[in-house]
Amino acid sequence: MTLSTLWVLAEPSSGSFTTTSLELLTHARSLATNVVAITWGDGGSLGALAGEYGATTLYDVGDLKGALPGVPVAAAIQALSESGDAPDALLIPTSYDGRDVAGRLSARLDRPVLTNVIGLSDEGGLVTEHQVFGGSMAVKAKFTGPGPGIVVVRAKSFVAESAGGPAAAVVAAPAGDTGATGSAVVANSHVEERTGPKLEEATVVVSGGRGLGEASAYTMIEEVAKLLNGAAGASRAIVDAGWVPYSHQVGQTGKTVKPLVYIACGISGATQHMVGMKGSKNIVAINKDADAPIFQIADLGIVGDVHKVLPALIDALKARS
Amino acid sequence: MDIVVCVKQIPDPAAPQSFDSSNNLNRSGKLILDEADTYGVEMALQLVDKAGGGEVTVVSMGSGADVAGLRNALALGATKAVIVSDDSLRGSDALSTAKVLAAAIKRQSFDLVLAATESSDGYTGTTPVQLAELLGLPSITFAKAVSVEGTELKVSRQTEAGYDEVTAPLPALVTVTAGVVEPRYASFKGIMAAKSKPLEVLSVADLGLEGQVGAAGAREEIVSVEAAESRQAGEKYVDEGDGADKVVAFLETIKVL
Repeated sequence: MTLSTLWVLAEPSSGSFTTTSLELLTHARSLATNVVAITWGDGGSLGALAGEYGATTLYDVGDLKGALPGVPVAAAIQALSESGDAPDALLIPTSYDGRDVAGRLSARLDRPVLTNVIGLSDEGGLVTEHQVFGGSMAVKAKFTGPGPGIVVVRAKSFVAESAGGPAAAVVAAPAGDTGATGSAVVANSHVEERTGPKLEEATVVVSGGRGLGEASAYTMIEEVAKLLNGAAGASRAIVDAGWVPYSHQVGQTGKTVKPLVYIACGISGATQHMVGMKGSKNIVAINKDADAPIFQIADLGIVGDVHKVLPALIDALKARS
Repeated sequence: MDIVVCVKQIPDPAAPQSFDSSNNLNRSGKLILDEADTYGVEMALQLVDKAGGGEVTVVSMGSGADVAGLRNALALGATKAVIVSDDSLRGSDALSTAKVLAAAIKRQSFDLVLAATESSDGYTGTTPVQLAELLGLPSITFAKAVSVEGTELKVSRQTEAGYDEVTAPLPALVTVTAGVVEPRYASFKGIMAAKSKPLEVLSVADLGLEGQVGAAGAREEIVSVEAAESRQAGEKYVDEGDGADKVVAFLETIKVL
């Protein structure tokens, strides 16, 4: 191993770390001799979990008192890395707060950041892998200047596996005063209710796109998803149009899904969308346009109108249940 | 209230993308205003309108002489445009881009800086937050609603579970998602007026950033570019009333049913 220490941003999420954080901890321990996690808020009580996934130390930025995590967490990491303890690289999950931390830290440390990473290897130094142009090209990149480089990794790039390690030592790493930059605070949180399995975890995902024609047609997507005990997803186009909440979005800016089967209905297959679902085990596409790019990656393509195929599919599924 | 909107001119996303000989995105064709930026421009116009007046300045960076995308933003109603245009900016990474934009924005009057969450060509998504840090501003990313009350900013910010209501004092930086507002179309009058609106072109030397940005300032390099392992297209049928049955049969073969 040419890498000695990797730091991983471990994002707290309802009493645990996010799945992507655990994926990064798992992969980091295969690349470096020493893995260190950084967390905040409720994450400070998760020394056992961080250790189980391979971290020796868990730095805890502590209670952010409502501040958005980007600035205080970056300030704490800066203080740690400038105290002489800098890692070879810092791995950050692709998420709202993860991207904020990466951007803030990059400017504070004057260090580069590589985003949309889907693979990490040690080839005499850290090499990142990216997919560009809708996943048609694979690009490998590396940092050239002094470290630590900052790497933002997409969800589901690696598989999270416990190493059964001993609890990590929890060490307080306060942010200190962040001045004006840290003055964005959360006044209220709103949770949008969803039923059924989570989009990222469902074995069946049924997604709708602009081909549905109107917002009310999305109920067909929800019904098929329910009948298959799956989750309902959406393309960016109909999320932007306000038909469904953002939490349903699959794609570059939305969720990455890798279900047993992905059923794309009225989705043409924009680059943006394909990146989020092309890792699915099986892909079924239903679209009016026979030339839609989605058919190039579909195991089963139905060239047809979703307004005819979906009602028939709903009837067929109901008849079986 | 004065607002700066960061915009990017990008190759038409509908056209095939490729790399040039230096592994930079090929930008030799016609450039257009990134659609993702039209939401920021619209948001700025609406906020200035509500505040009872002010200027909307669009700020951009590029390596060529193309300004059609900026004229488009002016046609929508922006007051003036500034572009840092310099051959030496080719190969700039996200942090270099933020340094250039920060230097250009410091020359403007602003209470608020708006940007898209990410561009539709590079998708890096870190430049706005790097920019906020360089300008010493608080930032709120992934805004789905934005309002200003006095000197306080109120933003609905998307989260995994729903959204947060986030506040920050002005001046601040906000990244807006597509769908935050409905962008207007440029009117004929707007297009005509845009032709005589101020459009300032700055060089890297004007900003005192020689040797620090562009390929000279990039601290990452591409190791290899290869065709990705591609999925093979499977069977394709034209629906003749049997499309749903084909789907059911497929779900049976993979044991979902």
